[in-house]
Amino acid sequence: MTDHLVLDGVTRRFGSHTALDDVSFTLAAGSICGLLGRNGAGKTTLLSLIAGQDLPSAGTIHVNGHSPFEHAPTLAGINLVRDNQRYPDDFTVGNVLSIAPRFLPHWDADFAKRLVAGFRVPLNQSVKKFSRGQLSAVAIVLGLASRAPLTLMDEPYLGLDVNARRYFHEALVRDVAEHPRTVILSTHHVEESESLFDRVLIVDSGRILLNADIDEIPEIAFTVSGRDDAIRELTAGLDVLRLHTVPGLASATIRGSADDAFLVRAEAVGARIQGVSVADLVTAFGSESAAEAVAA
Amino acid sequence: MFTGTTPLFQQLATRLADDIVSGTYPEESAVPSATDLAVFFDLNPATASKGVNLLVEQGALYKKRGIGIFVAPGARELLLAQRRDRLRADFVEPLVREARLLGLRPAEIERLVRDTLAKEPS
Repeated sequence: MTDHLVLDGVTRRFGSHTALDDVSFTLAAGSICGLLGRNGAGKTTLLSLIAGQDLPSAGTIHVNGHSPFEHAPTLAGINLVRDNQRYPDDFTVGNVLSIAPRFLPHWDADFAKRLVAGFRVPLNQSVKKFSRGQLSAVAIVLGLASRAPLTLMDEPYLGLDVNARRYFHEALVRDVAEHPRTVILSTHHVEESESLFDRVLIVDSGRILLNADIDEIPEIAFTVSGRDDAIRELTAGLDVLRLHTVPGLASATIRGSADDAFLVRAEAVGARIQGVSVADLVTAFGSESAAEAVAA
Repeated sequence: MFTGTTPLFQQLATRLADDIVSGTYPEESAVPSATDLAVFFDLNPATASKGVNLLVEQGALYKKRGIGIFVAPGARELLLAQRRDRLRADFVEPLVREARLLGLRPAEIERLVRDTLAKEPS
C-alpha cells in the first residue's frame, strides 16, 4: 500500500488559539481509520485541512503527492461530510441526491437510493425539518455513495438509533470491501465503532497522541488495579497515562506492556492486570495526567 | 461482538476454528467470505481477511480461486492437535495456580482431578 495521505508538521492557529499543534502522520490507501478524541480535540480542524477547505498556519498536507488546497484534480477525489452539513433552504433529500453528482464525480446514484431506503429517510420532506438522526443518515448517504477515494466523515453517529448505526456499519464494511477506498471517520463514540478500524489516531488538545495499527493496541498499554497504596507503589516510576481512584481503590493505565518482573510484583500485592480497549486508550490519553505527561 | 485484549483478527480465527471443531463447518464445506464475516461481526474488511488468512496459513482452510474458502480435509484433527498442545498452558496451569492460592496441597489437587474424571461420563 502506498502513502495516500501525508501530513508533516501541520499547525493551525485561530488567533491565539492553537487548534492543531505540529501534527505529522501518514495513512496508507485502503484504510478505515478512526480519528478519535474528546470534543474540541481538533478533529474537525484536521479534517477540514485534509479536505483542502482550510490552509495550515504551518506545515504541509499531501494527498497522493499534491497539496489539496485549490488543486481541483486532488479535490475531486476527496469528500468531507460535516456533522453540521448545511443544505440550501427547502432542499429535500431528493434535491440533495440529484445535485450530488455535480460535486462528487464517483457518485453512485443506485447505491444512494438503496441507502436512503435502508435508513428510511423521507425523500420529499425538507431537510431543514429533519431530526438529528435523520440529518446524520443523509450525511452518511453523501459519504458512502460518493465513493470518493478519500472519504472523510465527521461525527457520523450523532443521533443515530441502534438500527441505523447497525445499518451504517454493514453498508460501510460491505461497500469498502467491494470498492476499496480510504475512509477517515471521526467520532467520540468509540465503543460502537472501534472494531471497524484498521488504524486509530487519538487526538487531544490539537496533538496526535497515538497513531497505531488496531492489532498493536494490546501492546500499547495495560491497566493494573487493586488497593490504592499497592497501586501507587507498583506504578512508581512508570509512564502512568491515567490514574483513577476512589478511597481504598485505584486503577492505573500504564504505557507499554507488563514484563514478568512486574507481573510477579503485582501478583504479590494482589493487583489485577487487564488489557485495554481503544475506548480505554482514548479515555487515558484524554485525561489530565496524560496531557501533563505529554507537556512534560 | 468481539472484545478484550487479543487482536480482533485472532479472535475471528479462534471463532472460526471453534466452529470447525464443533462441526458447524464440516470438512470440504464453504465458510462465509471475508466480506460477509466482516459485515456480520462489524469488523474491518482487512481484519476479517487477516483472520481467515491465519487459518489458511495453518492449513485449516483453503481458497478456491474465484469460488470461495473451504474447510481443508483434516482441519478438525489439525485444530484439535493445536488445542491439545495448549491444554497445559490454557487450563492445567491456571487450575494449579488457583488451587495453590486456595491452599490446596498437591495430593488434594490430584484427588480433585481424579474425582472429576470419575464423575464425568467419558
